[in-house]
Amino acid sequence: MTELNTFTLAAARDAMRKGEVSSRELTQGCLDAIEGAGALNAFVHHTPEIALDQADQADNRIKAGDAPAMCGLPLGIKDLFCTKGVASQAASGILNGFQPEYESTVTTQLFDAGAVMLGKLNMDEFAMGSSNETSVYGNAINPWKVDADLTPGGSSGGSATAVAADLCLAATGTDTGGSIRQPAAFTGITGIKPTYGRVSRWGIIAFASSLDQAGPMTKDVRDAAIMLEAMCGHDPKDSTSADLPVPNFEAALTGDIKGKVIGIPKEYRMDGMPAEIEQLWSDGTAMLKDAGAEVRDISLPHTQYALPAYYVIAPAEASSNLARYDGVRFGHRAALAAGDGITEMYEKTRAEGFGPEVQRRVMVGTYVLSAGFYDAYYNRARKVRALIKRDFEAVFADGVDAILTPATPSAAFELGANLDPIQMYLNDVFTVTVNLAGLPGISIPAGLDAKGLPLGLQLIGRPWEEADLLNVAYSLERAAGFVAKPQKWW
Amino acid sequence: MFIDTETARRVAKLARIKVDEAALPALAKEFSAILGFIEQLNEVDVTGIEPMTSVTPQRLKRRDDVVTDGDQQPAVLANAPDAREGFFAVPKVVE
Repeated sequence: MTELNTFTLAAARDAMRKGEVSSRELTQGCLDAIEGAGALNAFVHHTPEIALDQADQADNRIKAGDAPAMCGLPLGIKDLFCTKGVASQAASGILNGFQPEYESTVTTQLFDAGAVMLGKLNMDEFAMGSSNETSVYGNAINPWKVDADLTPGGSSGGSATAVAADLCLAATGTDTGGSIRQPAAFTGITGIKPTYGRVSRWGIIAFASSLDQAGPMTKDVRDAAIMLEAMCGHDPKDSTSADLPVPNFEAALTGDIKGKVIGIPKEYRMDGMPAEIEQLWSDGTAMLKDAGAEVRDISLPHTQYALPAYYVIAPAEASSNLARYDGVRFGHRAALAAGDGITEMYEKTRAEGFGPEVQRRVMVGTYVLSAGFYDAYYNRARKVRALIKRDFEAVFADGVDAILTPATPSAAFELGANLDPIQMYLNDVFTVTVNLAGLPGISIPAGLDAKGLPLGLQLIGRPWEEADLLNVAYSLERAAGFVAKPQKWW
Repeated sequence: MFIDTETARRVAKLARIKVDEAALPALAKEFSAILGFIEQLNEVDVTGIEPMTSVTPQRLKRRDDVVTDGDQQPAVLANAPDAREGFFAVPKVVE
């Protein structure tokens, strides 16, 4: 029998319903895999008691004939999600010891649907980073390895590592500028960021509220469809969550994309793009064409301004959201010297609690929102953001159903490569436009580079049409036939 | 945009993050690089464009103006670094 931790969600679900395997067995299989994978540093808070308890409850539900979508399926949960009574610290020292008194809407929905939580997953601090190197827990390590240790990407680096290394069947991620899709591409898995407003942000520790969206990170497109559906839905506790019906995403996976119009944006063909990425992109284009889609060259003229706009808007929102970490209500408070007042308490607490990248972004955000610069930076960035969104609206209005691009400008790079902040920001060059425009985007593994590392392609869909997007991704996944797995070294 | 040490000090103060005097020049240099990158936005013609306020066109929902939550003092204080007698405790604010 296949090792239980390597199951997809769909295979595990079907096997449990047939009585071939129990949730307890699946969960124990994953817990054993996690036990043996300390070197990957993916799981940073382990919750085996909760997992086995939830598994037993799931087994009872299945026996009683009441088996909702995610029943008995063992998952990893990104540390950004508040989970009641379980450490939830956004990989930050400033939330050291924080154990929420409440449960995020997404984890509540997943647990109501029967899912099992194995533990909390490593990430970049407050989801700010593209390599998982800003985490207070230390680096998560990519299970794919060539000589040196590689980054799994970020910010959802622990989620990507855990899914790629079969430590869990699937994981939650969040994506503010590419934090689901870039790590998915770096580790050879699937990750979808839904339309802004599809998934409730309530109880997810905020980074940039107008950009943040949660989504699933899974072993294939079918699993992404199953898990996304369980995560979606209107939540009165998040005023930006959309009150729209949630389709049956799995039922949309027909693989039939005849007549669909796929746009290929010329602005994504960047100078210095590795030949392998270029090749992957044209291979993917050919596959969609072979599947009956019409391929059309399109233009998204403001693409190059997406990253600079993002690096105004995201830090601005972060500086506001992170103002709450003041050493008063939760988490870390610095030891104070005699005579220190409340201002010293704030300043010392925040200097000790936030890592360098978070401090940098909070300060950049503070600067662009400060008197005299608000118009020049923040308002200008919001205007450019409107133009970026308009670019997409124009091509969708012309009949384009989905857009195909590379997911990342390179394969996974070495940990400790010491990129300067701007080089690091360029990782998100293909993904960040999607957050700025609020659109759904999915990354799927589509090939290997010369060193044998996975490369991903991204599909971008129309707002609220995740079902259609998943179906195009499903067709591309079948054509690409990516089956490679990392060699176990850990 | 060139950010000098004085501006870096002011921004750190506004952000309520203690930065050692010795670290300010390097911080100023980082800010200058990041703001230099951001300045590409000046190339874009934004005449007549409204700043985006909401990425998805939607009317925020209204709800009944009623109390739906409360009486959770122990839960609210459970994670406080210093809570006393049902309050958050902080260094003296008013002399």
